[in-house]
Amino acid sequence: MVPMAAGARPELFTQRRRPLWELLIDRGFQKLVVLLASVVGLVLVGILFTVLGGSTEAIGRFGLGFLTTSNWDPIAEQYGAFTAIYGTVVSSLLALLIAVPLGVGTAIFLTENIIPLPIRQVLGVMVELLAAIPSVVLGLWAIFVMEPFLRPFLELLHTSLGWMPFFSTVPMGPGMAPAILILVVTVLPIITAISRDSLQQVPTELRQAAYGIGTTRWEAILQVILPAAVSGITGGVMLALGRAMGETMAVTMIIGNSNNFTLSLLAPGNTIASMLANQFGEADGFQVSALMYAALVLMLLTLVVNVLAQWIVRRLSLKYA
Amino acid sequence: MAFSSDAVVHHPASLCFRPSLPRNRWNALLTVVVAVFSSIAVLPLVLVLGYVLFKGGSLISAELLTELPPPPGLDGGGIGNAILGTTIVTLVASLIAIPVGVGGGVYLAEYSRSGWFAQFVRFGTNVLSGVPSIICGVFIYGLIVSTRFFFGQSYSAMAGGVALSVLMLPTVIKTTDEALKLVPRELRLGAMGLGASQFVTITRITLPTAFTPIATGVVLGIARAAGETAPLIFTALFSPFWPEGLFNPIATMSVLIFNFAIMPYEAQNALAWAASFVLVLMILLANLFARWVARFTRV
Repeated sequence: MVPMAAGARPELFTQRRRPLWELLIDRGFQKLVVLLASVVGLVLVGILFTVLGGSTEAIGRFGLGFLTTSNWDPIAEQYGAFTAIYGTVVSSLLALLIAVPLGVGTAIFLTENIIPLPIRQVLGVMVELLAAIPSVVLGLWAIFVMEPFLRPFLELLHTSLGWMPFFSTVPMGPGMAPAILILVVTVLPIITAISRDSLQQVPTELRQAAYGIGTTRWEAILQVILPAAVSGITGGVMLALGRAMGETMAVTMIIGNSNNFTLSLLAPGNTIASMLANQFGEADGFQVSALMYAALVLMLLTLVVNVLAQWIVRRLSLKYA
Repeated sequence: MAFSSDAVVHHPASLCFRPSLPRNRWNALLTVVVAVFSSIAVLPLVLVLGYVLFKGGSLISAELLTELPPPPGLDGGGIGNAILGTTIVTLVASLIAIPVGVGGGVYLAEYSRSGWFAQFVRFGTNVLSGVPSIICGVFIYGLIVSTRFFFGQSYSAMAGGVALSVLMLPTVIKTTDEALKLVPRELRLGAMGLGASQFVTITRITLPTAFTPIATGVVLGIARAAGETAPLIFTALFSPFWPEGLFNPIATMSVLIFNFAIMPYEAQNALAWAASFVLVLMILLANLFARWVARFTRV
């Protein structure tokens, strides 16, 4: 190759300078995406301040007593959210009590080679599609199909176990028990999906080693595979708890929306979310502030649960190189 | 003799599978238990889909899809305004959430993968996706409806759309972030080596490469938003009439189902089933479409 004399075609050797407009677009785009990313932060702060700002009046008037009294009387302007808070916590915990064994069991069934892969895949897609059904449709189904079907069983529960305070009322239709069952349906796909992911991430070597020393399938699952996946599963269960506490439509349609406190699971009850859905549209004046206060409580509850879930997944996850 | 011929002919009992051993009994029992659990887990889907498709599907007719809902207590009519309304509100939500979400995802994946601000945005995205949808409604009510933000209008299609976009935003950001992370580093280096600016690299190389997974996530996000009710009840409200622009209350299928399901009239209940049919069909088709698109993933 013939070396070219310097200066003959200098444009070949000089670095290409970026035109100003190109530089501006590049910088501008960078600023734009930073701005768009910060929208998330702005929305979070906005939610917090809107709800906090809306509830200051009620906080000032009721203080923490709001959380422990169950008197909800818009005419006398007396508000206490204990029934709704109790309903939120009890309904989500009982729903999880049913949904966790079902979900984790299904996840095991879908990851271990008990049945052929094609069937497992179809079942997996079906569970995922269950998550896609809008909760208002689940609520409609619960009102017209599930609750009438369930009532004889709940009545049986009342006649045989009515001496317990949890079954002390005659089931009249909407109530806590059907709401809990529909909550199970809404959180089941979450628990199944996350447990399935965690189980699939357990290294093959662990399974092989377990089977190699002569365990049965279930000894391997219970003593090797599940312990290895437990952090992911726990995180998923916490996420499901957050979802169950915030679940609105299906619960609103079937829980009966009563603010009278009762221990009975067969009687109508209330959750914070269902109370908001029912009353917010028609509320004005001071009631809005009281509802905002309830919304604040719900937000803090779900926030704590969700942050805890993220922390569990990050801290407790076993690291496999 | 130490090794009798018996031991060669007959296998040692300990090597034979004995179903009666407690461990084998437990094994079989637990397998049956999880099989039953899995059947219970898919049962609701089968039952709900069955009821919605048969009960709702039998009501579908041309009038139902194009007419207005009847006044309470009267028969006939349709859900035309709600179908149109759901489309409009979801469209508004998509037009807000997709640009913002994709932009945010681009920032996370391309500009700052592990900076403190990126960590904060990722954490915020996770927190936001855990915020109950009813709280989104309360937020937009406080921000837009009660302050009459849009031209002095309180309840409006626009407010409903914004509320849904808040719900969609974390999904779109996460999807974009994850999809862009899968794009091989060599593609970016190649583009940069040819002298492309970062803007050109992202818009011409990285985003197009990650298009399929992003599209999949966005379609799933839209499908989820279309079925949401809680953020709409007191933002978009409901209307028995045809949509009157973006700044008036608007009917949506999800709110129609909620309102009509709890009415004591059979005609309204039937319309709720019909709206469920249309809504579920749209959402299932979107889901299947997204799954189908996902098969063409190149990265």
